[in-house]
Amino acid sequence: MSIASPTEVLGAVPATRPAGGLGRRLRAATRRLRDSPRMLAGVIIIAFFVLVAVFGPMFVHNPNAFVGPALAGPTAKFWLGTTQSGQSVLSQLIVSARSTLEVGLAAAVIATAVALAIGVGGGFIGGISDDALNLLTNVILVIPVLPLMIIVSAYLKSGGLGPMIFVIALTSWAGSARVLRGMTLSLRSRDYALAARVSGERTWRIVVVEVLPNLSAFIVSGFIFTVIFAILTQAGLAFIGLASPDTLTWGNMLYFAQNDEALSSGAWWWFVPPGLCIALVGTGLSLINFGLDEILNPRLRTYKVPKGR
Amino acid sequence: MRVRYLARKAGFYLIALWGALTLNFFLPRLIPGNPVEALLARMSQTGNPPAGEYQALQALLGLGGSNIFAQYAHYLDQLAHLNFGVSITNFPVPVTSIIASALPWTIVLVGTATVLAFLVGTALGALAGWKRNKWLDMLVPSTTFLTAMPYFWLALLLLYLFAVVVRVLPLSGGYDSTLTIGWSGPFITSALQHAILPAATIVLAQLGGWLLGMRNMTLTTLSEDYVVAAEAKGLSPRRVLVRYAARNAILPSFTGFAISLGFVVSGSIIMEIVFSYPGIGYELLQAVQNSDYALMQGIFLVITIAVLAANFVVDMLYVFIDPRTRQAS
Repeated sequence: MSIASPTEVLGAVPATRPAGGLGRRLRAATRRLRDSPRMLAGVIIIAFFVLVAVFGPMFVHNPNAFVGPALAGPTAKFWLGTTQSGQSVLSQLIVSARSTLEVGLAAAVIATAVALAIGVGGGFIGGISDDALNLLTNVILVIPVLPLMIIVSAYLKSGGLGPMIFVIALTSWAGSARVLRGMTLSLRSRDYALAARVSGERTWRIVVVEVLPNLSAFIVSGFIFTVIFAILTQAGLAFIGLASPDTLTWGNMLYFAQNDEALSSGAWWWFVPPGLCIALVGTGLSLINFGLDEILNPRLRTYKVPKGR
Repeated sequence: MRVRYLARKAGFYLIALWGALTLNFFLPRLIPGNPVEALLARMSQTGNPPAGEYQALQALLGLGGSNIFAQYAHYLDQLAHLNFGVSITNFPVPVTSIIASALPWTIVLVGTATVLAFLVGTALGALAGWKRNKWLDMLVPSTTFLTAMPYFWLALLLLYLFAVVVRVLPLSGGYDSTLTIGWSGPFITSALQHAILPAATIVLAQLGGWLLGMRNMTLTTLSEDYVVAAEAKGLSPRRVLVRYAARNAILPSFTGFAISLGFVVSGSIIMEIVFSYPGIGYELLQAVQNSDYALMQGIFLVITIAVLAANFVVDMLYVFIDPRTRQAS
């Protein structure tokens, strides 16, 4: 729903590629960050979690080791308390950050690649193969994904993160593909694309040089949505016990907490942090996307309320 | 023109349904080993499987018969006769009666909550867009947080607050199991009490999406010429908002709402699991945990049909609401 439909945003596509070197673009990007406090907040949140995911696991001990008393609340030694079997919740949280973000990133990379191939490829080639790809996209869009994934995960239960990443990616590319196809259909008939074709440039060069740069904001926005979707989906499937328990993720932590009745024993320090982390990462990514939205849809940006309302 | 558009749409949904059915046919092939024998062995532990159950299970899982095309034809034939087989979880209850008893719980609870979330979220969204940069609009970022959090975690928090810390609401289930289901006062009271937290979870989790969508559409509509003209005419602000801006801004939200009605059956699977609420999602997890393939397939089919039907109804309604779709085809 949050992905704007192609017809809605067509007017916002710049007719020419932005000119200028890397330095100028960087400066433009910093200016945008400064003008959009939401985007800035999002970037800060995500940067924090990425740092924790990359460097955090170096500083914690084995997250599965039994290091303290069972089900103890936060203390100076264990900042976020311990689990039912005396593992440090903070260590688990930090180690989980890496695998959770990995799932989100990997699934989004695969899904975006598929969306590009099917959306841009189909839109550019046209004809019957475009019709077929478009039909496939629309069918995937209306098939209910979550029950399908629950069933598939049940069949593949023994697999680790790999199969789950694959399943999430293969069910989440369709939204982006539809947006990208609409955009490509419009871009390929613009004057500069026609000019490139007339001057004898090869198709792949037109796609890479003339079309893709104008799609970049939409590709990034779709990518971010898929990361959020993948993290939430993985958490949901893990929470109901359909992920392999060997790899710790935030979803798995919630599963263990729920199974060991953290709720009724009042161990809030066990089940609040993992969910809070997921929510914060999701919020950060959404905020970045709102910033992009304001760039893509000028009406959200330039409208000023007249006084006296 | 209209007939052609509808026929094309109907054709599309038939293809989508066929795609889902075919997917459903191929999935059991991923199971290692012979699932039919595993199922029959489990059935024999609790009672005697009915005669011909082996063949029926094979057909349903698409595994019996000589070649794959014959299996496929037999599978479609079984589905056409609504023959989903027998559940293992509650042996030997037919899958259809399990689904029939779970569906009302999901539809009433999730349906009511979805309507509530849409009404409240859209109204607040229109207001937030109208009074941009006022306090309500400042709250918009916090709804981002509501939308981004996993809704089963929100459910856990609510459970912790209202069933563990302050013991005012029940911890799980759909009703007090000492009561018999029926139109009696105590049963309805108990069912309502059990529905408060699940419904609150759905409303809180969905509110943000409606709010944000309506806010942005209101902002977009407010810069249209006809709104400016209405203001210039000196119409009251309330009239401009309700009759000119909101009325046009609601179109995308309305589409989203109609589609979300289709997801009523499937949208809150994990929420139902948190509350052990006796709906479709809870049954699906039971089926998955017990390797109850017949029940899994039946539930997936029901959910798919609900979603496709809702989408089709939306497309049909759109022809009457938005004249542009007629020209576009």
